[in-house]
Amino acid sequence: MSVLELTSVSRWFGNVVAVNDVTMTIGPGVTGLLGPNGAGKSTLLSMMSGFLPPSSGTVTLDGEPTWRNPAIYSLIGIVPEAEAMFDSMTAQQFVEANARLHGLPHPVEAARAAIDHVDMSFAADRRIGQFSKGMKQRVKMATALVHSPSVLLLDEPFNGMDPRQRMHLLELLQRLGDEGRTVLFSSHILEEVEDVAGTIEVMVAGRQAASGDFRSIRRLMTQRPHQYAIVSSDDRALAAAIIADGTADGVTLGADGLVVQASNFGAFAHALPRLASQHGISLRDVTPSDESLESVFAYLVSR
Amino acid sequence: MNPVVARLALASLLGRKRSWLLIGLAGLLFIVAGLTRWGSGADIGASSTLIQNFGLGTLVPVMCLLIGTGVIAPEIEDGSVVYILAKPLPRATIALTKLAVAEAVALVFTVVPVLIATQIAGDEGGRLALGMGLATALAAVAYTSVFFAIAVLAKNPTIIGLIYALLWEGTLAGYVPGVKSASIRQWALAPAESTLSSHPELGVASDVGLPLSVVLLVAVTAGGLVAALWKLQRLTVRVGD
Repeated sequence: MSVLELTSVSRWFGNVVAVNDVTMTIGPGVTGLLGPNGAGKSTLLSMMSGFLPPSSGTVTLDGEPTWRNPAIYSLIGIVPEAEAMFDSMTAQQFVEANARLHGLPHPVEAARAAIDHVDMSFAADRRIGQFSKGMKQRVKMATALVHSPSVLLLDEPFNGMDPRQRMHLLELLQRLGDEGRTVLFSSHILEEVEDVAGTIEVMVAGRQAASGDFRSIRRLMTQRPHQYAIVSSDDRALAAAIIADGTADGVTLGADGLVVQASNFGAFAHALPRLASQHGISLRDVTPSDESLESVFAYLVSR
Repeated sequence: MNPVVARLALASLLGRKRSWLLIGLAGLLFIVAGLTRWGSGADIGASSTLIQNFGLGTLVPVMCLLIGTGVIAPEIEDGSVVYILAKPLPRATIALTKLAVAEAVALVFTVVPVLIATQIAGDEGGRLALGMGLATALAAVAYTSVFFAIAVLAKNPTIIGLIYALLWEGTLAGYVPGVKSASIRQWALAPAESTLSSHPELGVASDVGLPLSVVLLVAVTAGGLVAALWKLQRLTVRVGD
């Protein structure tokens, strides 16, 4: 059982603040680090991995600082996003070399077990350079797991995986979390986090935007006001009907159509076609105008 | 020193296209040595000039550049250095091991070709080969240490190293008097000159005195190591984009 502790951690590069005053505790189980690209997730992971010192604040693993402390790597397994490995080696040779670098007593057996753990035994004697992205991802997992670490840090592990590989990795992470290991993975896709992480930490623009149980944060995200741009055969009549119906919070009538604000996403989505057909209005275009992940995150930050 | 780090370093140095490039450069030296012998009738003066200018002055620094940067720069560049750094090993051990591997590879890939090329171009009882082999070995150790440091310290180590190797060591150090005495090439020639002191006809001469040369060679080699160690202790790595 290991605990990663970040206390008032900031990191800047020149004038750019990548991580701004973040305090979090990552304990056993699976935690998702969620945020749009450029939110500071990789910077946070780099600091947790001991590859980057914080500009201020402290990052510790079980009370020991991670920066310039190679002893932590007996406890940590790291799966970097970069694909580069030693491509001329076979999977078995590479994982075995990692086992030897850890000073494990039985490196051959440990490597075999780790490769088996990620279902790559069938390709253990093939060169890494020939592997697909998903297979390389699994070899990276095997190198990170070879010494049975109590902490596993993964940067965007689902990138480039097909649905089956994704499912397999999700199960593996879940199992490792259930075993009492501290598993932290970053992602910019909400649905990836949903299936596996009990706890999530949301980062937006270097700040910690939300933290805690996944379901309650998900509720916050889906219940925020949604915005739609609508073009119809009679915008003015539709605007009147929407306001009269009461499922939307506000309607703005412009030259290019309507902009509707609705906080009850489900009710409005049901009401709109009904209202249109009741009033004989045909809908030409209905576009959710702020569905980007960035806007979801931005909403969380503003709360 | 860590044997696994050494094995990985050796594999990445010789596994890539780099080793073919090194062999190709050695081959180039042999061809030019053959042409020199054919053109000069195995004249010892012509052989000595060739080995000093083209061998020691150009090929040796370029080969040491390929080896000294190749043992670590590509891994830092593509991020695979993470696999070695994320282990319970002091970074100093990693740096020392990688440098030791680079030094050993550099010695083999520079000294052997220079010895052979000297025989091809023309020698007198192996004396020129002895002197140039000694100079090459000393220069290779110093160059590799310097390029290793550049690989860890600089963002574009190959470009910076190439400018230094070709412009400073290869060109200016051959002609410009002030630069001449501030070059690894001249320092490495001093012990060779004193070894061959009874054979001035071989034309092996340095602009710098022997004791000073030795001190400077040791200082540059140690300086490169210390700088690389210092930087590697503080090297930051990104686990993602």
